[in-house]
Amino acid sequence: MMAPRPRPEPVQVVKQRRDAALKALVDGVPYIRFLGISFERHGDELTALLAYDDKLIGNPILPALHGGAIAAFLEVAAIIELSWSYLWEDIESGKIDPTTVDPQHLPRLPKTIDFTVDYLRSGLPRDAYARARVNRSGRRYASVHVEAWQDNRARLFAQATGHFLMPARTEPAE
Amino acid sequence: MTDKSFKIASQFIEALPHSRALGMRLTALEPGAAEITMPYDDRLIGDPETGVIHGGAVSALMDTCGGAAVMSHPDATHGTATIDLRIDYMRAAVPGQAITARAECYHVTRSVAFVRAWAMDDDRDNPVAAATGAFTVERG
Repeated sequence: MMAPRPRPEPVQVVKQRRDAALKALVDGVPYIRFLGISFERHGDELTALLAYDDKLIGNPILPALHGGAIAAFLEVAAIIELSWSYLWEDIESGKIDPTTVDPQHLPRLPKTIDFTVDYLRSGLPRDAYARARVNRSGRRYASVHVEAWQDNRARLFAQATGHFLMPARTEPAE
Repeated sequence: MTDKSFKIASQFIEALPHSRALGMRLTALEPGAAEITMPYDDRLIGDPETGVIHGGAVSALMDTCGGAAVMSHPDATHGTATIDLRIDYMRAAVPGQAITARAECYHVTRSVAFVRAWAMDDDRDNPVAAATGAFTVERG
C-alpha cells in the first residue's frame, strides 16, 4: 500500500500566502500606484487592471487614453508577470519564505531591455485589462508578450513585446 | 519656428491630461522636431530600492514628444496617433534628475510619419533611452 499523501494545506492559508506575496510585489512600486494598476490572481494566472482615471487621457477631444499611459500599463503588466513567475516558483518550492516578502525584502525586479507597443485602436475612456505571457525565460534574458483589451477580450486595443534582463538569482541567506 | 507657434504647441501639450499629470513641458520646437522635459517625481519611481524612474514614464515622455514632432511637421498639422513605438532602455536615469526627450520626424509620407527619439538626463551625451516609432499623418 502507498504511503498516504500529506494532507493539503487549508485553502485560505495557500491563498493568503500567494496574495500577500503578490501584494508586496505590486504595492512596492510607486508608479504602479500612480497609474492605478491592480492585479487579479487565479492560481498563477494574473490579469492586470487599469482603472479609468481622467489623468490617463491623451486626447481630450475624442477622448482617448494616452499612448504613453497604455505603454506604461503594458510594461507594468509584463514586469509583474515575469517577476511573479519566478517568485511563484520560489514560494511554492519553499525557497523563499513568503512571510519575509514585503516591499523592503522583494526579489530584484527584471530590467527592461526594449519594449515595443503596437497600438491597434484608440483606448476608450474606461477600464482596461492586460494579460502577459512569458514566451521565454532564461537565466539572463526573457521575452514577454502582452495583450490588452477593454470591453471584449478578443478585440485587443494594444499589444506589446518586451525583452528583459533577469536579476541575479541569489541563494537565500543561511 | 515663431514664438506664436511655440506657444500654441506648449499649450496644446500641457492640455493633454496625462502629459500634464507627468509634469511635461515643451522646451523646443522646430518643423518636424520637438523637445519635451519631464521633472523627476517620486510618484514615477519604478524601482523603490534605487529611486530610478519607471520605464513606463519614459515611454509616455517619448510618445508625447514623438507626437509633438509629427504635429509640428508642416504636412501633419491635423493631429496624429501612434501606430507603434519601440523603446530601447540603454541605462537607468539618474534619480533626482529631469528627463528630456528629443524627437525628429526622419521621413514623412502621405499617411505615415517615421520618428526617432532620444531621452537624456543631465548627462546629455549618454542617452537613457532611444525610440523609433510610426505615427499616423492626419491631413486637413
